[in-house]
Amino acid sequence: MTGELKLELRGVRKAFDTTTVLDGIDLNVPKGNVITLIGASGSGKSTLLRCVNLLEPVDDGEILLDGVDIAEPGLDPDPIRRRIGMVFQNFNLFPHMSVTDNVAIGPRKVLGVPKNEARESGLKMLTRLGLADRADAYPDQLSGGQQQRVAIARSLAMNPEVMLLDEITSALDPELVGEVLDVIRDLKSDGMTMLFATHEMTFAREISDRVCFLHQGTILEDGPPDQLFGNPREPRTRAFLQRVVDSGRL
Amino acid sequence: MKPTLTRRAAYEQAQRRRAVVIATASTIIALVALVVLVPLTPGWHKVKRSFFDGDVFSDSFPRLLEAFWLDIKILLWATPFILIVALLVALARGARRPAMFPVRAFAVIYTDVLRGIPVILLVFLIGFGVPALGLSREWSNPVIWGTVTLVLSYSAYVSEVIRAGIDSVHESQRAAARSLGMTGNQTMTSVILPQAFRRIVPPLMNSFVSLQKDVALVSLIGPVEILRQAGIDKAKTANFTPYVAAAVIFLALTIPCTRLADWALARQRSRTGATTIA
Repeated sequence: MTGELKLELRGVRKAFDTTTVLDGIDLNVPKGNVITLIGASGSGKSTLLRCVNLLEPVDDGEILLDGVDIAEPGLDPDPIRRRIGMVFQNFNLFPHMSVTDNVAIGPRKVLGVPKNEARESGLKMLTRLGLADRADAYPDQLSGGQQQRVAIARSLAMNPEVMLLDEITSALDPELVGEVLDVIRDLKSDGMTMLFATHEMTFAREISDRVCFLHQGTILEDGPPDQLFGNPREPRTRAFLQRVVDSGRL
Repeated sequence: MKPTLTRRAAYEQAQRRRAVVIATASTIIALVALVVLVPLTPGWHKVKRSFFDGDVFSDSFPRLLEAFWLDIKILLWATPFILIVALLVALARGARRPAMFPVRAFAVIYTDVLRGIPVILLVFLIGFGVPALGLSREWSNPVIWGTVTLVLSYSAYVSEVIRAGIDSVHESQRAAARSLGMTGNQTMTSVILPQAFRRIVPPLMNSFVSLQKDVALVSLIGPVEILRQAGIDKAKTANFTPYVAAAVIFLALTIPCTRLADWALARQRSRTGATTIA
């Protein structure tokens, strides 16, 4: 699928004080595609996702969602954020709410869905992710993999048009990674558009429509996963992938 | 034969026994010193007569208890107002919008000034100052202005506690809430404040215990609450025992609250030790 563009970044720049984190990012995310961002820590993956969700204001450039620039300074971010789901590395579940309430809070507060209705559809979402039996538990009673699946359910409950996944398996024990990645596979087959920052190279190769290698705030190289992983053009991409292989991650 | 202990268990058992013996011995020594040595002091019989007179105690106790009811009433009126005002001040200090600048500035001045003046001085200033404005009789009641003083002083302290609680909730919680599309206000009321309040229960309990005692300062501007009643009884009997009786009544209220505060703190420590949420 390379039809209409869901998300488009043009020359996005972001600096913290004097440190340039994003140095002119151009990126196209077609509807229904999974675009993966790989690169070393500090290469700008997380910042890029946070900028798309307007958690960080960009300094320059445009971010087009369905052709509308959402990075325009002074725009009210709340109506935009509810169309974009985000899942964080450390889950960031609300520890004072049950699992069901975590999933129901977005629709309740933001969309004005009545409490019972929101909890009911939250429960359905949890059932879909295999968490129905943990609906009344609290986040700190769950395993990391379960917590991350709840976080995905919380985000999906808002019916987002795009999902931003920020190293969602990096905080998990290795044996818990699989259950979270299974959810992402399902989302892809449902046609969800996703922008995915990850260190899981094997999975990235399997699921991505396109892989972007970030280096010092720029997309140094991008291409279909087989090309980028199998035959990278850039020496720095090759060096990065070699380090990943050496660490046993690929 | 019992199953043999592990080396470690045997060692710890011996340590425990030793600790019990030492604690018992030192407690006995301390008690003996107190019971035997204090009465040997030259002034003891005088102190006993003027502070621990049984007749004066039982005569004055019911009156003091009745007067204490006024302390309780002031306490119960002041507490909710303290919490409400403190929350508003704490939120005002966090207001970022330019139009809110005067509100934020007021909140800063409020906490700085009211925390910087001794409560006792504030009681005098407000308790004598405000009624001098020539308000109608029912508004000149010193109980009202004493209570208002406590609310002003304590809300300034408590607002700082609440603010610290708000700051202690990790930024990632805000990010998670905002990423769902929640507004700043929704994030504050649904996500930040519930977590903040759970964390500040122990310090709030400590403030509550302090407040229980500081209610007695209201006596300085007139109302016959327990401390003033004790003063009256002291003057009547030329004996200090009413003060001791008043202290006993205060302790009956403050000790359970202090225990409760300690329990809340211990429970919170064990919980935050177990949690993995950033």
